[in-house]
Amino acid sequence: MAGLMKFTGLALRNLFSKPATQNYPVVPREYPERSRGSVQNDIDQCIFCGSCQRKCPSGAITVDRAARTWTIDRMGCVQCENCVNNCPKNCLKMDTHYSEPSAEKTVVTLHSEPPAAPEKPKFTPEQIEAMKKAAAAKKAAAAAKAEE
Amino acid sequence: MANRTIIPFGPQHPVLPEPIHLDLVLEDEKVVDAIPKIGYVHRGLEQLAEKRDFNDYLYVIERTCGICSFMHGMGYVEAMERIFDTEIPDRAKYLRTIWAEMSRVHSHLLWLGLLADAFGFEALFYQTWRLREQILDMFEESTGGRVIFSVNKIGGVLKDMPKEMLQKFVRNFDGMEKELKKLTNVFLNDYTVQSRLKGVGMLSPQDAVYLGAAGPMMRASGIKIDTRTLGYAAYSDIDFDIITSKECDCYARCDVRIQEIFQSFHIIRQAVNKIPDGEISVAVKGNPNGEAFMRVEQPRGEAIYYCRANGTKFLDRVRVRTPTFTNLMPLLHTLKGCELADVPLLILTIDPCISCTER
Ligand code: SF4
Ligand code: SF4
Repeated sequence: MAGLMKFTGLALRNLFSKPATQNYPVVPREYPERSRGSVQNDIDQCIFCGSCQRKCPSGAITVDRAARTWTIDRMGCVQCENCVNNCPKNCLKMDTHYSEPSAEKTVVTLHSEPPAAPEKPKFTPEQIEAMKKAAAAKKAAAAAKAEE
Repeated sequence: MANRTIIPFGPQHPVLPEPIHLDLVLEDEKVVDAIPKIGYVHRGLEQLAEKRDFNDYLYVIERTCGICSFMHGMGYVEAMERIFDTEIPDRAKYLRTIWAEMSRVHSHLLWLGLLADAFGFEALFYQTWRLREQILDMFEESTGGRVIFSVNKIGGVLKDMPKEMLQKFVRNFDGMEKELKKLTNVFLNDYTVQSRLKGVGMLSPQDAVYLGAAGPMMRASGIKIDTRTLGYAAYSDIDFDIITSKECDCYARCDVRIQEIFQSFHIIRQAVNKIPDGEISVAVKGNPNGEAFMRVEQPRGEAIYYCRANGTKFLDRVRVRTPTFTNLMPLLHTLKGCELADVPLLILTIDPCISCTER
């Protein structure tokens, strides 16, 4: 009966050792640095080029250039990291945390306002007057120089 | 002649990780015939090659299977590298080898657990999967994914493993090897386990060849074929034995897979010692044109990849022949004449991966 009781040693050890599992969620799960959890976009950097949309094998990303929105279907994304690797602005990144579980399909839409057009400087009437005078003086000086 | 009964087995059955259906024709408790039916998890992944850029298609083909996902990705990129006629950096080859062997360990441990579960040894099942969990953690640490790794690319790999990480992994494997020795003592020497495995599901070497068995199923019948000897990735620089057994039964298949795990540890250690420094990928430019075959040894046996490109960014055809598909014929052969109670065990010993088979 040499073949009997082979497991006993292991079973006894298990009885007296601490559990192999982790007491989640009391002890939070620590993700390694490279863990591919969910895609995040720093939307202010995004130029809405649509490269991520074209590169996504599961078609989870929609980019609307006119409306300046970037939309991701969280449950359609398979965390392949292809969009992150192909973003020209490097504004996409892979977060180590997975997206929240949900009973409905989570779609996240990010929007950014168009960058404001550079403001035209405003001057008071006195300043304009002063500038005109300065311009006239310059012209006169140039004319005087030419006469010499 | 005794009365014949037909018992449907699957597609949903506690022992099956994936759906396959068998109509078992019984005479009393004896199976006299088995008629398989597949097609429950067909997803049309091969067809998608026509609709996805060849670079992005990698992420599709990886998802053929959740166990050998790395090998599927590797088979595809190596085929594409043949079309492009590129030589990838040595470091990338070694990294691929290490990940491929880690996949094999992970797959075989998973299988051992399922086997223990199939003959009703729950405690052994948990013990095996506890060990496997360590591999998954290592995968997550090195690639970012636990199941789908997405680290391959045409021309190399996307992520490097620094030296400290590799050494830490080797230390982990040393610990795992010790644990595994204790476990395999149960698998190989326990009286109860032996009584379920020995002499069950004989597949003679002639039948193994004739019916086209692949991988451990074939090697357990004494046929010494292993595609790794072709020397893809870094296998040409690495010493390893091809494990075979002459017993031809379920016990032999279990034994072969266990010894293969130890071989994989051996291969990983060598690869970590020999891995050169340097780049991990080269840039591949333009669109592919031409066709290529690639054969890789997956945990379940030889898989074949065929790619045909037409000079655009979409491929004309991608074909994958998976080991489980060829192992179905030997399975049906071993099922004939077995007891009904052994059917789950026999199905498991081919290590079925139905998702691969149907793609
Ligand atoms: S690729 Fe980057 S910059 Fe372009 S739309 Fe996507 S997130 Fe924005
Ligand atoms: S990670 Fe992959 S699947 Fe997810 S959005 Fe990016 S490209 Fe698409």
